[in-house]
Amino acid sequence: MVEMTYSQAINEALEEEMRRDEKVYILGEDVGLFGGCFGVTTGLFEKFGGERVIDSPISETAIMGSAVGAAVAGLRPVPEIMFVDFLGVCLDELVNQAAKMHFMFGGKAKVPLTLRTACGAGVGAAAQHSQSLEAWICHVPGLKVVMPSTAADAKGLLKSAIRDDNPVVFIEHKALYGAMGEVPEGEYTIPLGKADIKREGKDVTILAYSMMLHKALAAAETLALQGIEAEVIDPRTLVPFDKETLYKSIEKTGRLVIVHEAVKQGGFGGEIAAMVAEECFDFLDAPIKRVAAPFAPIPFAANLEAAYIPDEAKIIAAVKSFF
Amino acid sequence: MALNKVQMLELYRKMRTIREFEETVAKFFSQGQIPGFVHLYTGEEAVATGVCANLEKQDYIASTHRGHGHGIARGASLNKMMAEIFGRIDGECKGKGGSMHIADVELGFLGANGIVGAGLPLATGAGFAAKYMKTNGVAICFFGDAASNRGTFHESLNMASIQKLPVVFVNENNMYGISMSQERHQNISDIADRAGSYGMPGMVVDGNDVMAVYEAAEEAVKSARAGGGPVLIECKTYRHHGHFEGDACIYRCDEEVNAWKAKDPLPRFANRLQEMKMATEAEIDQIDAEVKKVIADAVEFAQNSPVPTLDELTKDVYCD
Repeated sequence: MVEMTYSQAINEALEEEMRRDEKVYILGEDVGLFGGCFGVTTGLFEKFGGERVIDSPISETAIMGSAVGAAVAGLRPVPEIMFVDFLGVCLDELVNQAAKMHFMFGGKAKVPLTLRTACGAGVGAAAQHSQSLEAWICHVPGLKVVMPSTAADAKGLLKSAIRDDNPVVFIEHKALYGAMGEVPEGEYTIPLGKADIKREGKDVTILAYSMMLHKALAAAETLALQGIEAEVIDPRTLVPFDKETLYKSIEKTGRLVIVHEAVKQGGFGGEIAAMVAEECFDFLDAPIKRVAAPFAPIPFAANLEAAYIPDEAKIIAAVKSFF
Repeated sequence: MALNKVQMLELYRKMRTIREFEETVAKFFSQGQIPGFVHLYTGEEAVATGVCANLEKQDYIASTHRGHGHGIARGASLNKMMAEIFGRIDGECKGKGGSMHIADVELGFLGANGIVGAGLPLATGAGFAAKYMKTNGVAICFFGDAASNRGTFHESLNMASIQKLPVVFVNENNMYGISMSQERHQNISDIADRAGSYGMPGMVVDGNDVMAVYEAAEEAVKSARAGGGPVLIECKTYRHHGHFEGDACIYRCDEEVNAWKAKDPLPRFANRLQEMKMATEAEIDQIDAEVKKVIADAVEFAQNSPVPTLDELTKDVYCD
């Protein structure tokens, strides 16, 4: 194992995949000379040159749209949209073009692209640079959605995403970029659609992803001191979603808390709750709980932002309501 | 390069094929045998034909909602295209795309597109791929006058020009974005003027003159292929039908329609071929008769093809 940051792990995945396959290229705003606004692509411009690590004008529509065209024509683009909040300015290219081409064209076209983007609050970036919009994307057939929580997962999942023949939206959490983690040495990949049990327990299942996974793990430690053993599951990819791992856990614990940073209303947690209610209601000993953000834009003032983001105390309160 | 007789007759045959295909679709649509929306290319045949005659195997085209002509000009199967429009399993897309999503990627046809202006960045990306992989290919983007007001137009022309991509942007200015005339939807008369904003050449061409389109595209394609960067060609043309089949066309007058029908690219080119002694009337009639038969065969193929089985509903959402 090697210690590195989430950001370095992503950078390594990009470098390894670019060395492995010449068809892989990066396109985005400030990804080249500048190394990316969060520094994630640092050094790649020097290693691969401006022909493979391409600085784009501020033109999200052309970034995404040209990536779709290049993917259909045989390349494996890795476009970067700096903030997930900017998906609004290239949503047609993602939703009406990339996602649907394989189906619309009767299975004849492939769109092997990986859109990297950053989500998440906690850095004082306010309403247009802090959102968690995964539910929008999970609603679109044809897209895969990945939200890694650790450096090791980020690296292994990104490598799988780049090798996947479908359009994948890879959502990184901006407040995790500096988080250290242990990463396996050498070549490895993590399959899309496989959840990871980050902590075993028998009393309650907490499903959490991206930044919330860390809050859930911290909550689980506190709960353990009080005699409640929580099992913490990280789905890692939302589409495809690993139901099996979740259902097995619920069969054991009988209780489920779903945690995400996105607003509760219309959030992906609602979908998970509905799946569980439809498909394994009999395992449940208590109503499903969701811990998520309130239905409001993300505020700037530090005290308001802190209150907005789901935290350990809210997760603990949700779990303790069962006991 | 001057075209020889065989090549010129081939241009005529393509245009006639598009016309016959479109008028046949119109007939079956009015009889209720074709579902959904259809947007016909009748009147604009010279554009797709003149441009695509310059293309090579490795080249790409991106099309529009009015895409049948582009597919035919690129050489897509008439049988499969017709079957697609009828919603049948033997269609280009197994009947799952329909008129607005006909595509044949292997042929370099990146698809018709239901979103106005969506083809512009797609073609830009295909042009990027050609340059990146050094295929010596070019990408053509067909788009309408109204699409030139979309952000995709501006972002794509800008990106293609800074990256010096082999893309030829072919504007089909048929003077209307659905019901809105060009003079109401933009404050310029020549869309080619916008090329200057992106440091690329812009040309205005009579889009109802297949030879003029051919020659302009020949120059543009040659330049793009040689690494000269993108070019914008504006083809002034007109659609004989409404925006969609069933459009009452209250926004344009008979006078205007008739004036443009007098400039119909098909009889115009047929007359020119005869004037140039490239073809006799009998040869033209012969081509027309052959095309009629080919299109009738395509309809028969489509009508004999089964509808997709219900298991197709959730197939092809993802590839394995």
